[in-house]
Amino acid sequence: MNDAAERKLALSHLWVAFAAFIVACFMGEYQVLERSGLIPALESPTVYFASVSTHGVLMAFVLTTFFIMGFGYTIASTSLKQPIWNKPLAWGAFWLALFGVVLAAIPLLTGKASVLYTFYPPIVAHAAFYIGATLLVVGSWIWCTIMLVMFTQWKKANPGQNVPLAMFATAANAMLWLWASAGVALEVLFQLIPFSLGWVDDIDPGLARTLFAWTLHPIVYFWLIPAYTAFYVFVPKQAGGFLFSDEMARMAFIVLAVFALPIGFHHLYMDPEQAKGWKLLHGVGTFVVALPTLVTGFTVIASLEIAGRLRGGKGLFGWIGTLPWTNSMVLSVILSLLMLIFGGFGGIVNASYAMNAMIHNTAWVPGHFHLIFAGTTVIMYFAVAYYLWPILVRKPLFSKSMALLQLWTWFIGMSILTTPWHVLGLLGQPRRISTVVYNNLLTLSWKPYELMMILGGMILLGSACLLIYNLVKTQLSPYSETFTEEIEYAEPIHKVGVLPGYLNNLLFWNKVIAVLMAISFGFPILQFFFMNTFGSSAWGY
Amino acid sequence: MQTEPIKTKLDKLFEILTTQLREIHVDHLERKWIAISILIIALMVGIITIDALFHGVNPPSKVETIDSASLHLSKEFAEENLGVQVDDKGNVVVRMVAGRYSFFPKHVDIPAETSITFRWVSMDVLHGVHIPMTNMSTMIVPGYVAEITTTFPKPGEYPLLCNEYCGLGHNHMWSNISVIAKEDWTAKATTPEPAPATK
Repeated sequence: MNDAAERKLALSHLWVAFAAFIVACFMGEYQVLERSGLIPALESPTVYFASVSTHGVLMAFVLTTFFIMGFGYTIASTSLKQPIWNKPLAWGAFWLALFGVVLAAIPLLTGKASVLYTFYPPIVAHAAFYIGATLLVVGSWIWCTIMLVMFTQWKKANPGQNVPLAMFATAANAMLWLWASAGVALEVLFQLIPFSLGWVDDIDPGLARTLFAWTLHPIVYFWLIPAYTAFYVFVPKQAGGFLFSDEMARMAFIVLAVFALPIGFHHLYMDPEQAKGWKLLHGVGTFVVALPTLVTGFTVIASLEIAGRLRGGKGLFGWIGTLPWTNSMVLSVILSLLMLIFGGFGGIVNASYAMNAMIHNTAWVPGHFHLIFAGTTVIMYFAVAYYLWPILVRKPLFSKSMALLQLWTWFIGMSILTTPWHVLGLLGQPRRISTVVYNNLLTLSWKPYELMMILGGMILLGSACLLIYNLVKTQLSPYSETFTEEIEYAEPIHKVGVLPGYLNNLLFWNKVIAVLMAISFGFPILQFFFMNTFGSSAWGY
Repeated sequence: MQTEPIKTKLDKLFEILTTQLREIHVDHLERKWIAISILIIALMVGIITIDALFHGVNPPSKVETIDSASLHLSKEFAEENLGVQVDDKGNVVVRMVAGRYSFFPKHVDIPAETSITFRWVSMDVLHGVHIPMTNMSTMIVPGYVAEITTTFPKPGEYPLLCNEYCGLGHNHMWSNISVIAKEDWTAKATTPEPAPATK
């Protein structure tokens, strides 16, 4: 199949993703420096909060959405062995989303949208920020539609056959995102845009926070699923072995997609507008969604063990040493899992209902999500980039050893950055402060940790530059006639028979999600229309 | 209402699901691991649920609305009623207003080893308040009263920090709270006399 058009489409998305990433990395290092107070000349809350808002939007919305779209197009065209359905529409989505990013970037960079990427009404930003963010989401919805259409068309054309695992995961993610983004879409369309344009005078922050919480948890699984997809469909092959279980992989993706949705209130544990019963219900669901991650850990490690033993590893742990540690995909998965283990422990504290009070909105929280998102998830984005770039540009990677150095430094930098961040949280430092001005002895204990974070940030920034340099050099290197690499999907160790419908189809799961969402969000949203609520007027910052 | 057809339909659905579930291949090691995982999760969920239902360990969740724009006109949060008060039943209640960029009143004295109910309201935007290393933590959402009851075991000076972005001066939003040994604390000294009615 001549897939030059598909490759160009995917590559364009991935370049936008990593361009946003490198800009945001520079901002991140500026922020740890500014926050520490080491260089008094740097201190400016205006610049700091504009930077934090932009860093959050670029990393959480732009890097992720564009990466996921580009990755999805590659998966769909190579696993189904089909051209992308309706390419003009796909390009339309790309330009629409990119236009949205530019539209949102103007107020962000000029300090007209320092409301952080979580919006926080009744503080209000320039309307262009909300409209730009909406266009980005609309672009991603078009991507979801294309993925689901291709999934359905393939099933129709191949009755009785199992959808390839990679495409099943991608379609599940598209379904997850359509459900997940509905919450924030309702908030932005019916509350924030009319409010920022002055069409309505007040807003109910309680309702806004509830709708945002609808999106806020599943969105992290939207980001994570491509990383898990790489765990299952690339890693076993790259390690030289087989996937331990194809069925359990599908189960894990389904449980992730279904149970990630009705549990968003763990972001509202400390909020006064929701009652404790609902919080507890969402809290229990939060623990349930740990199950697919535990299963994923098992399956991936088992797959690595198969590979290690096939390569001659003996004894209880001998197989670890025989793994191909110099393969960037294998190294990434090992480092990713290490960060997942530590990040997971931290996450249990956040998830634990009343215990969350000790660390809620402290530095612990950004420490946690940097470890689990910027660590576990994004290191797999790198692994995928190193794997896909040569295939997409039809040239070998510029430097494999530079890639390995980059992955190691990312891991080391992330450990040095996030460990003190967690400690600062336990010592009570609030997140989202631009500098420490509290007149209290407690703040003296914070100093050494803030200095450590600068070092961690510096290593990460250097690492990020290595990644971009390597990708640019790969792109610019001379065309190679001999390059013939193709994407190789891992084979399961047990041949998979015909799968039952619920592991090959998403319709049933949509019904399950609808019921769960009605139970967990129905009353909590409706209550705002029955209670005597008082809106808030708009505030600047 | 006819429940029988729905019940048979559900039974049938459940039967189909379980047979389908048995069709797929799950390795015996994987089965064991899933069982262990479920046990771990059940243990954690069990502890949290028992604590919530039987020991009353819950986050602040009293859904109570208030007009943040007219706190000064409200009975409860008018200026003269802010701070520490002891109600008729002997409960210590602390009423506080959060606003850019301070907590009002600026300073309160409260007794140690005593159950204290805080009632927080915002007069403008979203705030959060945390006393580091304690569970006195809540979001303060405009339009709602955030109520939280807790006990401070040790006397001392505690910082009170705003932990939610509320504007460019967010860093400056903090104050201190004095926790005084129970025997040294007197309600009288810190409870302002209710102001004479002005209306």
